[in-house]
Amino acid sequence: MVNVSKIKEGIVIDHIRAGHGYKIFQQLGLDRLDDVVVLMRNVDSEKMGRKDLIKIESNLDINLDVLGLIDPGATISYIKDGERVKKVSLTPPQTVTGILTCRNPRCITNQEHITNVKFHLVDTSTNQYACEYCDARTRL
Amino acid sequence: MFFYTLPRPRAEERKKERETTMLKDRNLIAPSDFTLEEIEELLRLSERIIQSPERYADCCRGKLMASLFYEPSTRTKFSFDAAMLRLGGNTLGFSDPNTSSTAKGETIADSARTIGKYADLIVVRHPKEGTAKLMSRYASCPVINAGDGGHHHPTQTLTDLLTIRHYKGDFSGLTIGVCGDLKFGRTIHSLVTCMARYENVKFLFISPEELTMPAFVKEELIAKGVPFTETTDLVGAISQLDVLYMSRVQRERFISEEEYLRLKDYFILTADKMALAKADMIVMHPLPRINEIATEVDDDPRAAYFEQVRYGMFVRMALIMKLLGAKEPA
Repeated sequence: MVNVSKIKEGIVIDHIRAGHGYKIFQQLGLDRLDDVVVLMRNVDSEKMGRKDLIKIESNLDINLDVLGLIDPGATISYIKDGERVKKVSLTPPQTVTGILTCRNPRCITNQEHITNVKFHLVDTSTNQYACEYCDARTRL
Repeated sequence: MFFYTLPRPRAEERKKERETTMLKDRNLIAPSDFTLEEIEELLRLSERIIQSPERYADCCRGKLMASLFYEPSTRTKFSFDAAMLRLGGNTLGFSDPNTSSTAKGETIADSARTIGKYADLIVVRHPKEGTAKLMSRYASCPVINAGDGGHHHPTQTLTDLLTIRHYKGDFSGLTIGVCGDLKFGRTIHSLVTCMARYENVKFLFISPEELTMPAFVKEELIAKGVPFTETTDLVGAISQLDVLYMSRVQRERFISEEEYLRLKDYFILTADKMALAKADMIVMHPLPRINEIATEVDDDPRAAYFEQVRYGMFVRMALIMKLLGAKEPA
């Protein structure tokens, strides 16, 4: 088993459903960060069987809406001087703007290239969102 | 110093004022945009117009309606134009997008901003879903959705509601049969979900197994406790119905030609099938009809589909008046 040491300062995104870590990594733009970032995949977990985990050695301002969209079950711990100072549980946001794009080819947002389209959460069990213009359902 | 107290308007006048302005400057993009109370008020005004349309001939004098048809729909455009002209207003617009600024690459948002400066009301039909909503964001006047792709066509729903109300008086206790392509028929989805907001209505869904009512409509009915039954047998179901809403079963919806040929006649309404129906059942259809209602049914007094077209114009007259805040004649 690969061991990664505890971080002194930064953020740990834990309890990510196995396979979703890379999606979070991409959506948060962690590949563009100059600080140390570790993505661990398929880590053994008592609770989840397997999980993904991300450690970021930076006080990055994380977009919690993006995280809530991808995996509302993930937890975020903020670390200072090697100690956890805050833990945040996620819930899927009721509305998101500027993150999702409508996948319906017949939707006007794809013809007019409208940015900042609002999506409303319509199904919490599948984390599906509806486009404010055409009502087509989508998820990240 | 003298204080003058203005006489308070009487309750009747206040009610009338409230009814006149309740929908003023609003948009109609989806059938659910209006509350049941607002729909009821629209239907009541429509009924008053039906009683004496000539009284309303000057209600919108001096007002201008832009009808922007980015795809052809002669009936809907005529219906809106006729409604505005019968109210004494004027119309401008196009029914071919190649003659509009869109052909030069203008965005919908810019078209809405510009046309809103000329017109008091915009009616828009567009093949892309969500266009009417987008226009309503940028236009400085009310916008009516006259159909956005396979998404919404709310004035068809209002037309259907008025037709049923006119023939049946009330929605309560009605058994509504909808027959044909229930899977892709957006007018049917809108009508069913809108009527489900009324109490004591039940539905019979009659379709081939390939074209049954989508889950999202049935889930909504279940959540509201509205009873419905699904069947493939129009002959067996017709005697129970107060309203039969027909739609076309299209050949291209079937996987195999054999299946289409085997099933298509089951969903064609004929005089023989009408003989099994109640004496006061009405037959509706959003039109155009292809072959799903045999022409021999047209002379049956229960055939309401051509009258439905007329009611469509009246309900659009009422809608235009309401969105413009036009006063009813004394």
